[in-house]
Amino acid sequence: MTTDPKEEIVTHLGAMRAFAMSLTRNSALADDIVQDALVKAWTNIGSFQAGTNMRAWLFTILRNTYYSHHRKRKREVEDTEGELSAGLAQKPDHDGRLQMRDFNAAFGLLPEEQREALVLVGAGGFSYEEAAETCGVAVGTIKSRVNRGRAKLVELMDISDDEAMEATEAVTQGIVTMNQSIA
Amino acid sequence: MSRPDRTSRVSKEIDENLKRAYEDVANQELPTRFTDLLEQLREKDAAGSKKDGANDN
Repeated sequence: MTTDPKEEIVTHLGAMRAFAMSLTRNSALADDIVQDALVKAWTNIGSFQAGTNMRAWLFTILRNTYYSHHRKRKREVEDTEGELSAGLAQKPDHDGRLQMRDFNAAFGLLPEEQREALVLVGAGGFSYEEAAETCGVAVGTIKSRVNRGRAKLVELMDISDDEAMEATEAVTQGIVTMNQSIA
Repeated sequence: MSRPDRTSRVSKEIDENLKRAYEDVANQELPTRFTDLLEQLREKDAAGSKKDGANDN
């Protein structure tokens, strides 16, 4: 009945939380960002042009919120929350299937810009054009980020998928080392 | 050589993992902090438009 675009925002909150989670790797921080973005979007609904892509508009607000205010805090809380470390506590299963924990650990090693491109295109169903608009970069840049991110994940997952125990030890050690060097 | 097969299989698994992780969160019920906040935002709007005597919908 109501065509208030504010109410359309609500329908995107789940996707916003998923996107924020992939950026932050920390659920409390992700929800802080979504909350800020929601208030911004709600109070600035006048700057949304009816008929344009609301999801891209919201995700742009969301990522701006993250990059301008929360990115530094993330580094501080990441280690205390230890989600990555928790993911690594368990050895990969050797049943020839990628395990979610391995995937999360590998995904967390990618640069932010590759993570967001992969999530928007690979999981969020954004077109390359939509993702480019959301991230404020050229379509070619998004394509190259997706490709590089995917290649890096293939590389990481392929090794941990290997049956050779030495290789598993090596990559686990490598991830732990890199995780420590990030902190 | 099973290498190319394996690479494309891993690629497919990557997409599935990405989607699963995303949808797990996207389909969760909204935490109360959001439903509460939405309620506040709506109330504020309602109070504002009553004061103005106008509805900008």
